[in-house]
Amino acid sequence: MEETGKKLEWRRKHVLGLSELSAEEINVILDTAEGFREVSTRSIKKVPALRGTVIVTLFFEASTRTRISFDLAATRLSADVIDFTGSASSTLKGETLTDTAKNIEAMGVDILVLRHPSSGAANQLANSLSCSVVNAGDGSHEHPTQALLDIFTIRRALGKIEGLKVALVGDVSHSRVARSNIWGLQKLGAEVYVVGPPTLVPRGMAKLGVHVSHHLDEILPEMDVFNMLRIQSERQDQGLFPSIREYSRLFGLNSHRMKRVKPEALVLHPGPINRGVELTPDVADGKQSRILNQVRSGLAVRMAVLYLVGTRRDVPAEEKGT
Amino acid sequence: MTRKTPPPGKPEEQATWIAEEEFGLLFSEWKARISRTMDADEEAASSQRSVWALVGIKRRGAVLARRLWKALNTEKRPLLYGEIDISLYRDDYHLQTEKAMVLGTEITFRVDGVNVLLVDDVLYTGRTVRAAMDLVLDFGRPRVIALAVLLDRGHRELPIAADIVGKVVDTQREDRVFVRLLEMGEEDGVDLIRSPGG
Repeated sequence: MEETGKKLEWRRKHVLGLSELSAEEINVILDTAEGFREVSTRSIKKVPALRGTVIVTLFFEASTRTRISFDLAATRLSADVIDFTGSASSTLKGETLTDTAKNIEAMGVDILVLRHPSSGAANQLANSLSCSVVNAGDGSHEHPTQALLDIFTIRRALGKIEGLKVALVGDVSHSRVARSNIWGLQKLGAEVYVVGPPTLVPRGMAKLGVHVSHHLDEILPEMDVFNMLRIQSERQDQGLFPSIREYSRLFGLNSHRMKRVKPEALVLHPGPINRGVELTPDVADGKQSRILNQVRSGLAVRMAVLYLVGTRRDVPAEEKGT
Repeated sequence: MTRKTPPPGKPEEQATWIAEEEFGLLFSEWKARISRTMDADEEAASSQRSVWALVGIKRRGAVLARRLWKALNTEKRPLLYGEIDISLYRDDYHLQTEKAMVLGTEITFRVDGVNVLLVDDVLYTGRTVRAAMDLVLDFGRPRVIALAVLLDRGHRELPIAADIVGKVVDTQREDRVFVRLLEMGEEDGVDLIRSPGG
């Protein structure tokens, strides 16, 4: 073959966050994910692209769907996948994160997928290991693949990102999903609104160029997308909001509020949903909900990320800078 | 599969090799031979229904396959149609610094028992065809996989031969052969790009 189509540039060894990716790089991931959707419809749901590649999912926080999604994505690319649950073994004996990761890497790992409660954990490992690192959520810092799948879901449903008004509703302060979404959406030209009680929206938000609102009802009719962030009940114990019931009354989406939104507006939720808190069941299962599309998108997006990172080649020194 | 662009230095020499008119003749002759091959198979397999699918290898093979399908799909002999992208089946990731866009594969019919005719513009090393066969087999078990290429330029690196060849052309290993197609915004034809000093 002389020519196989449009060439794309992907030089990144790690995917740590959307703050460091350019709009072009984000679009490369989304376009690649588009090509992967069909693989899941085949009779043999597998392609040989990452045959012989070893991927370890190293999770220090419980997460069912993210882990299954990464596992399945890696399996569909024919990679070998090993699951390692952090707290279950060596970390209890006092080993540091870097030591644990270095030991795992020494067994011949190509890509490490890391979920960790500390912000910056993925960057730390990327600096100390020679394998690729994919961030599957670090503290309240970033969760790039979640934001990418949110953006991919929106792009598929509405055909574009540029010019859309997207609301991130709820616990913005503690949400890595919100942070990654803000970076990604802004780079692709969307207008981001963060909505929540003052105690859950950090003060510096306006500096990031996002609109801040403390009243969901005020912005309902304008928004194209509502991304409902998960509320963790332990935040109530910290006194950040008086009660789940009051939170739900002020910031939850229910059928009453849905009457005031655009008919084509989308409802997203990163999961797991607290039914009756962020969303009432009729909204979660309603026709404007794209929550299960998000799960399907997640598989295609994670396949794209693992494929791009796993098939990239180091540029030899003499080619650099040309 | 994609060859590395020759290093800069000496300018490449690009020349029209097959002009529009000759290309038209070449294509219709090739198309007629593809049609006869499918007819012959139909007679041989007359005891059972023989269904053919034209499956183009993206992108230029798919453009040719679409042209063939438009011309050969009749009520008497309905043809299935598909397009495949082999970028996930390559054997040279470790050699490439840039890679082609993943374009996606569209095979919407059941492959089991079907005669699959793979269509591509140029047959060269055979590596693309190897990848295409592996891909088709991941969709099921076709009765036959056959191969039709517009040009066979030699220099095979795998034991692969085409069943229907439009034209065998003589090239140097480092040359590049570029099939121009109307559907891609070009004038139908073939360019030969000689490597510097080749």
